[in-house]
Amino acid sequence: MENTVSYLSIENLSKSFGKFLALDDVCIDINAGEFVCFLGPSGCGKTTLLRCIAGLEVQSSGTIIQNSEIISDLPTSQRDFGIVFQSYALFPNLSCFHNIAYGLENLGWEKQDITKRVDELLSLVGLSDHSAKYPSQLSGGEQQRIALARAIATSPNLLLLDEPLSALDAKVRVHLRQELKNFHRRLGLTTVMVTHDQEEALSIADRIFVMDSGKIMQSGTPEDIYANSSNPFVANFIGMTNFIEGQVLDEDSIKVDNQQIAINSHSHKKGTKVIIAARPEYVQLAEKNSSNTFVGRVVDVEFLGSFLRIHLETSIMPDQPLIADKPMIDNFSKSVAIGDNLNFTLSPNHLNVYECDN
Amino acid sequence: MFSFKSKSRAADKSDKIGRILVFVYLAMFFCFLVLPLFALMSKSMQNAEGVFVGLENFALYLKEPTLFKSFFHSLFVAFVSTIIVVCLGFLYAFALQCTCIPFKGLFRVVSLIPLLSPSILAAIALVYWFGNQGIFKEMLLGHSIYGPIGIIMASVYWTFPHALMILSTSLSLSDARLYEASDALKASKLRTFFTVTIPGAKYGIISTTFVVFILVFTDFGVPKVIGGNYNVLATDIYREVVGMQNFQMGAVISIVLLIPALLAFALDQFSRKRQASQLTSRAVVYVPKPHRLRDNLLLCYCLLITALVFLMLGMAQFGALVKFWPYNLSLTLKHYNFEVAGLGWDSFFNSVRMSLYAAFFGTIIIFIGSYLIEKMRADKSLRDILQMIALMPMAIPGIVLGLAYIFFFNMKDNPLNFIYATMAILVINTVVHFYTVSHLSAITAIKKLDNEFESVSLSLKVPIYKMFFRVTLPVCLPTVFDIFIYLFCNAMTTVSGVIFLYSYDTTLASVSSIHLDEQGDVAGAAAMAMLIVYISFLVRGIHTIISTFLLKRTQAWRNI
Repeated sequence: MENTVSYLSIENLSKSFGKFLALDDVCIDINAGEFVCFLGPSGCGKTTLLRCIAGLEVQSSGTIIQNSEIISDLPTSQRDFGIVFQSYALFPNLSCFHNIAYGLENLGWEKQDITKRVDELLSLVGLSDHSAKYPSQLSGGEQQRIALARAIATSPNLLLLDEPLSALDAKVRVHLRQELKNFHRRLGLTTVMVTHDQEEALSIADRIFVMDSGKIMQSGTPEDIYANSSNPFVANFIGMTNFIEGQVLDEDSIKVDNQQIAINSHSHKKGTKVIIAARPEYVQLAEKNSSNTFVGRVVDVEFLGSFLRIHLETSIMPDQPLIADKPMIDNFSKSVAIGDNLNFTLSPNHLNVYECDN
Repeated sequence: MFSFKSKSRAADKSDKIGRILVFVYLAMFFCFLVLPLFALMSKSMQNAEGVFVGLENFALYLKEPTLFKSFFHSLFVAFVSTIIVVCLGFLYAFALQCTCIPFKGLFRVVSLIPLLSPSILAAIALVYWFGNQGIFKEMLLGHSIYGPIGIIMASVYWTFPHALMILSTSLSLSDARLYEASDALKASKLRTFFTVTIPGAKYGIISTTFVVFILVFTDFGVPKVIGGNYNVLATDIYREVVGMQNFQMGAVISIVLLIPALLAFALDQFSRKRQASQLTSRAVVYVPKPHRLRDNLLLCYCLLITALVFLMLGMAQFGALVKFWPYNLSLTLKHYNFEVAGLGWDSFFNSVRMSLYAAFFGTIIIFIGSYLIEKMRADKSLRDILQMIALMPMAIPGIVLGLAYIFFFNMKDNPLNFIYATMAILVINTVVHFYTVSHLSAITAIKKLDNEFESVSLSLKVPIYKMFFRVTLPVCLPTVFDIFIYLFCNAMTTVSGVIFLYSYDTTLASVSSIHLDEQGDVAGAAAMAMLIVYISFLVRGIHTIISTFLLKRTQAWRNI
């Protein structure tokens, strides 16, 4: 990865709307052919960042370089990208064919070339039969695919997707997300997608940029940011996490409520207040007296199909219940009841430690 | 003056065009609305020699009891007419929206007929019915039709469709669930009417009240024809300016007329804003159930109103055709020579030309202006100013705007002086006078378009002006057609806006009608007014045919 020249670089990009800082010194490198996601809660600046790349918003400061060319001062119409919006923004009075042909007609293509290209794109998105239909005659998923075909019709080298799946039903969304991934594999087009849905980002992206308050909080592969979240925000936003407050005793143990949690080595100074993050699936129910074992009382049990979510009241997490997920195998649920006292273990290999903010 | 954010981006070609257009619109609004009004105001503070005298003219006005009395006359007729129209209109709208009477479509069309005729038509018809030689003169029990009675009756006739349109809309939005709840709670029909129907239409009623009040308060044609010695503000302005050449006093009275109109307009805007928020959770459409007594009574009522509309129109037409009312009732076409005015049919053709120009150029200007305000990206503060100015014409009485135009364009050192006494000034005045309603319907249509169309287009390297013709305009075509016909009909029937602005070569039909009446040729006036009705009908018919044909081709995507 280090050897490839990045296709799209964003350097120290900031954008403010009045006093509100939407983007705060953002630096990003995206490689050619990569599928990246900007992920974050609403208002985190991810859409603003995408719109800056498209030239639909003007950055307050910073530079955007695409394919070794500074594009941050170019108007939208001179940049090289295709875009799909959350609303799709298909032209209602034009048929699917003419929606897709819209950009090509303006380039002065011959009629038969346009027809050939549009047919090609329609079959690529699997909607060859719908050429003459109007957008209002299509389902949401079909509209989305037409919007995609329109976006790549003029063969841009960069595809921008602004929450393209958010307006769809849950099932269609999962299906289309798989299609988007296949689509990307076939074309190898550098793609940037904005989403607030962490599951979507995890399943589809080569690399994720997690954003909050206009800043990039962490970037990396989905596996990496899930397993090694670099700060509590990411740990909490991606998947589910238990946060346990404590104080550093020495380099491999942390004091929590007069008990000790053993962890792998970390770099925090002795006495620092820290937060330990533990994923629910790594909270093991265990026999008494093994190391790192604590006691909790079951306050709630949720049956979630493939697994059981157990809420435990425990002294190491006084403010809210600690959550443990157990796979639903061997009729496990029968052995857990509200009011039971259970022992659980926190495996040192799967704990992340963050310095407390305050 | 205005702060432009320095943007590092090189603007698109589309952005540049848009920005230039914004400045062009600002310039137009300044030249054709703001500066003329300013000229009017400064005129009201000058003496005959053009020296600034402060509020001296206003003090003079207050000391003149005959002038001051007109103010109360205007208030009185506007007030009474408003109450009558709101009651009649509400009952009619209720019959159309909330009952099961037959022929609803017919009743709707009939009720809109007065929109196609100049307001003076009703006044002329009333002269035939109740005038000195009227058939039913005795019904007034010795009172004269020339005065408040005539003004109020004619005003009710011509403002009825305006009231009906607003009231119908507000009643059509009533929520069926409230009626079901009222039924479930065992409320009587009457109680439901007062606790559900009326409160639901509350804002519609308020809005109608303001709109009708402004229309009658500022109207010129009706009091001119049937007011007799009962002076109102609009006729006072005309008399001061045309009769006595006292421009300063004309300007003063204009401002006296303008202020209540502005106030009513502001209150209306305020109440509309509150209504908008009320409509958001709207859900189930109310479908009325038959109720024999109510339906039969309201059917009779609607038939009565229909009969009255046709009696007005019919009498005007009959009067225009008889040889010598009421002594020789044999028919003739001689009143269609319009000899008294000495112009023959010129003024009629001038009116048609003027209305076509106003409709054609007005539609283009208004639609592009609304698009700029709604969809441009840059210069937000300038666009806000544009939007504010675009709402202003609604509050400005036609006669005030007309007078303002004389003061401004007749100035010797005004570079725009060359449009004075031309067809152009009539067209411009008419477009400006009727700008707001068309502007608002264009804005509503454009607001429905996805905000990202422009972004998509730019990303596909298609300039926005190309997209405007490929997508925006075709999608909004029904609204564009509506604006065209609205402007045409209003341009045909308007009197107050243009009464000061025509020249010998550009007399207009509606103005001629007034002059014919002034010179005692009531039959000629009726003939001319009816011509306006017929041409409006004709153009509306052609418009319907063309638009049906065109809309079938361009709006196919809608009906699927």
